[in-house]
Amino acid sequence: MKRVGVFVCHCGLNIAGNVNIKEVVDKAGKQQDVVFAIDHKYLCSEPGQALIKDSIRQHNLDAIVVAACSPAMHEPTFKTIAQLSGLNRYNCEIANIREQSSWVHDDVGEATAKAHITVRQSIRKVRLNEPLQPITVPVTRKVLVIGGGIAGIRAALDVANGGYQVYLVEKSGTIGGRMAQLSETFPTLDCSTCILGPLMVEVYRHPNIKLLRLSKVEDVKGYIGNFKVRVRQEPAYVDEAKCNACGECAKACPAQVPNEFDFGLTWRKAIYTPFAQAVPPAYVLDAKNCLGLLPQACGECKKACDKFGTSCMDLDAWPRIHDLEVGAIIASTGYELYDATKLTEYGYGIFPDVMTSLEFERMLSASGPTTGEIKRPSDGQTPREIVFIQCAGQREPETALPYCSKICCMYTARHAMMFRHKVPDGQAYVFYMDIRAGGKGYEEFVKRCQEEKGLLYLRGRVAKVYEENGKLIVKGVDTLSGKTVQINADLVVLAVGMIPSSESHELASKLKASLDANGFFSEAHPKLRPLESPTAGIFLAGAGQSPKDIPETVAQASGAASKVLGLLSSPTLEREPTVAQVVGELCSGCGICLSLCPYDALSLNAEKIAEVSEALCEGCGTCIASCPSGALTLRNLTDEQMVAMIEAIVE
Amino acid sequence: MTKMKIAFNWASSCGGCEIAILELGTKLVDLANKVDIVFWPAALDYKYSDLEAMADNSIDVAFENGAIQNSEDEHIAKLLRAKSKLLVAFGACAYLGGIPSLANTTNRDGIFASSYKETPTTVNPEKTFPQTKVQVREGELTLPEFYNTVKTLDQTVDVDYYVPGCPPVGEQVSKVINQFVDGPLPPKGAVLGASDKSLCHECKRIRTDGKITKIVRTYQTISDPQKCLLEQGVICMGPATRGGCGSICLDANAPCRGCYGPLPKAIDQGGKMLSALSSIFDAQSEEDIQKLVDSVPDPLGTFYRFSLGRSLLRRTKP
Amino acid sequence: MIAAIEVEKRFEPKIVGFLCRWCSYAGADLAGTSRIKYPPNINAIRVNCSGRVDPTLVLKALASGADGVFIAGCHPGDCHYTNGNIKTLRRFKLLQKMLDQFGIERERVRLEWVSASEGERYARVVKGMTEDVRSLGPLNWKRTVEAVA
Repeated sequence: MKRVGVFVCHCGLNIAGNVNIKEVVDKAGKQQDVVFAIDHKYLCSEPGQALIKDSIRQHNLDAIVVAACSPAMHEPTFKTIAQLSGLNRYNCEIANIREQSSWVHDDVGEATAKAHITVRQSIRKVRLNEPLQPITVPVTRKVLVIGGGIAGIRAALDVANGGYQVYLVEKSGTIGGRMAQLSETFPTLDCSTCILGPLMVEVYRHPNIKLLRLSKVEDVKGYIGNFKVRVRQEPAYVDEAKCNACGECAKACPAQVPNEFDFGLTWRKAIYTPFAQAVPPAYVLDAKNCLGLLPQACGECKKACDKFGTSCMDLDAWPRIHDLEVGAIIASTGYELYDATKLTEYGYGIFPDVMTSLEFERMLSASGPTTGEIKRPSDGQTPREIVFIQCAGQREPETALPYCSKICCMYTARHAMMFRHKVPDGQAYVFYMDIRAGGKGYEEFVKRCQEEKGLLYLRGRVAKVYEENGKLIVKGVDTLSGKTVQINADLVVLAVGMIPSSESHELASKLKASLDANGFFSEAHPKLRPLESPTAGIFLAGAGQSPKDIPETVAQASGAASKVLGLLSSPTLEREPTVAQVVGELCSGCGICLSLCPYDALSLNAEKIAEVSEALCEGCGTCIASCPSGALTLRNLTDEQMVAMIEAIVE
Repeated sequence: MTKMKIAFNWASSCGGCEIAILELGTKLVDLANKVDIVFWPAALDYKYSDLEAMADNSIDVAFENGAIQNSEDEHIAKLLRAKSKLLVAFGACAYLGGIPSLANTTNRDGIFASSYKETPTTVNPEKTFPQTKVQVREGELTLPEFYNTVKTLDQTVDVDYYVPGCPPVGEQVSKVINQFVDGPLPPKGAVLGASDKSLCHECKRIRTDGKITKIVRTYQTISDPQKCLLEQGVICMGPATRGGCGSICLDANAPCRGCYGPLPKAIDQGGKMLSALSSIFDAQSEEDIQKLVDSVPDPLGTFYRFSLGRSLLRRTKP
Repeated sequence: MIAAIEVEKRFEPKIVGFLCRWCSYAGADLAGTSRIKYPPNINAIRVNCSGRVDPTLVLKALASGADGVFIAGCHPGDCHYTNGNIKTLRRFKLLQKMLDQFGIERERVRLEWVSASEGERYARVVKGMTEDVRSLGPLNWKRTVEAVA
């Protein structure tokens, strides 16, 4: 038998103006178990809160209903007042008679009648609420960062500088990601490697960062504060610590493969360093393209290393498994480019002189396939007429990607400018739909490009690209003049869209982090919580969450790091206790609930009875709805309470 | 010591519950040594007048099976209630409405039309339908009034205990009857002779990840007798049905059809099964979900096969 | 002299609503902050996720006297708990088929996706459903069953 107190707020005139407060108080006072009912002008104010506290003490209340604005507004406030007055905070219910009554119904009679029902519902629920205590879990004060691009690098450094151990897992042989592949960055035309390099070195030297290259996350168990992650590290066959990057091994290696760093525009050996400033500064043996390790078919690299180098190779190395315990995970898996071969109208993959933006980027780079000179892939000649096509396969919900990749307008402008610098007598054309240049200094940069001699911006789309007599015929339209356009180009560059990295799908399911409709990691709230996944303990940084430029990536990475630092600031963590519970005597172990939980919080124990991991459970209640025995219940939203509320409505 | 007086009666039933009691076989003799069976129209030559002649509360325990579908059922149920200290709803019909309560998908007119006019083998050119009264040469003949809605026993009279099953399984019958004789009895309203857990608890079949990719009728598949039927696409009411029957149907490679009724905390057996089944549909899009829904031809009849009388909605809209 | 005016009482449907706290309840709140008016016939029960809604509770509402039941969740892909709304959809579709068999009109039990930014849509949906159920008349399930004894 509870002693319930009901407090009805006027909210100035917001509620009192359209709801008969006195009637609501009177009717509430007559409900079963209600021993006290009163109204107040502003319950959230100091005097209002004092009224609640005093009433709880005076009338010995053990549960309260606050009829006021939406629980989304002040539920935590009123729950805290209840707690400070000696009640369990879960014995406080909010009846929303403002947003869903006073403000939306024309007639005072209607609004009041609805308010009665809403209050009655809350009274019936609170009568059956159990007092609950938050669930305390310990926090492992270590962090895992997945993906060693600029986002992962920045996040790892910020967390490490905050004093915590970081494991930085990177799938390739070096950190640096896409930014290492860039020649310059907009709008300042900084040399990308020059600004990235020092950060990479800082990561490598940092006492709090353990860098695991050639590594992938294999399995993730646990929950926020307590993740157990299994990482599989492929062997490099080279001892990182001993290698001095002398390159003798590569000289001796007979196997040549297309260099993925240059998108196949150059070759590398099976034993290689991804790029000159790679971190760790050690070679990697690509076992897939080596002539053979089991059994050893060649071994020339090791021979050379033993003879001329530091004797740091071990061709019998095996993958290593790292079992890591961390409290938080930052997913910074970055992006890839949309497969341009799907854009059949542009002829990518058919005509060698149609390139993607990243391929062109490599060509611009002094360390790239042409040492920075712009050349046609087909014949090595310098192109004089170059066409850049923006929005290639993007902003097209019917046939390709529905979204905008945000950075293409900017890098295309940069590409066109660089072309003009390197080929002063060349002519560049940019086909665009819109120019999106919202960042700091971006508009000014694009303006400069648009005003540049030999650089023509055409507003319109390209219908087709085909080859004729060694030239690429680009057929498009210029909507501002209303004319169709044909350009006989030497080189065509496609600004293809950013898509999430190919591993993100598998990783997301291991992390139990949701992906959005386009495969990017979902954020907990698009406006107010863009740095974390809805799954507690998983944080997001970089293009893996949505297309963005470098300043935004760095900002997001630092933001995610700061959230992580907040999480780790205490040795324990409190979770909401309104989670699922199993009544063992009623559970038959049918297992129907098991596959329904998005957090894998349900399992069958040795006695074949279902068990809920309270720390993993987020309290959605979907398992409760599916349980055919009623053995599963949701704390403080039980079926009994649901029925009580239904009956309160239909009476 | 005076022997306990017990009674068995049947309302709208198939007789299976009576056979379940007869199947006690020689144990009936042991029973007869412990109790006096004072009323059992199905097996012994008792008449209603015998029941009417008894004093109120003179029967210690009466076991009534069958649903209440006509005025005779109702009258005798009330009579039996008056004459008995304890009244037990025996079998699915008395407890839940049973198969007879599927008549709640129609009404008297519908049933008469079907039985006396529309079925292909019926020859009834004068379209004679049963009447409550008819004059014949010898006088007036009466028939009980046929009701539009089938009721459970406890929707008609106050019931003390329930024994589920269609029929209750042999071992349970013996145990339950002896429990009344020897005691002790649980509080009023308890369900006897059944488990508080679902059939899945006793079922020996192996369950794996448990998502449903298709739904088939039993004849449309050759099912693996070791694996869970639900996972193989055959609708088995096991998860939403009380155990205690020894999962005899499953052992015979037939799906459970729910005759032991809902679990203690379930407010509606059919609704619970509907939720459990659809929850594990392996379908994400509206289209795929609809395909699976379309392959359940008769949700009402499947999920409420035995329990429509006791369900939340009780009958279809007339 | 004041003439007494008889006002014929219009049938006011009683609809039980289940709103998920992350999307549809927030959308309903937005309708409130935007002061968009709609009829008062749907009383909302806030659940964490529409996936909490057991079809049995829908049946309970109808059997207890509701004229309709309204379930609102997040748009597919937006569910705060990944895909609770899809589970709701699965249950709802099968329930719909069974309610057809019971003779309960489809307009009485409705599942809608309302996002936290769709205040106006919430009001429109509530208006629409209220009028649909109003034109169907009261369900009065208990009385209906008793009348066909």
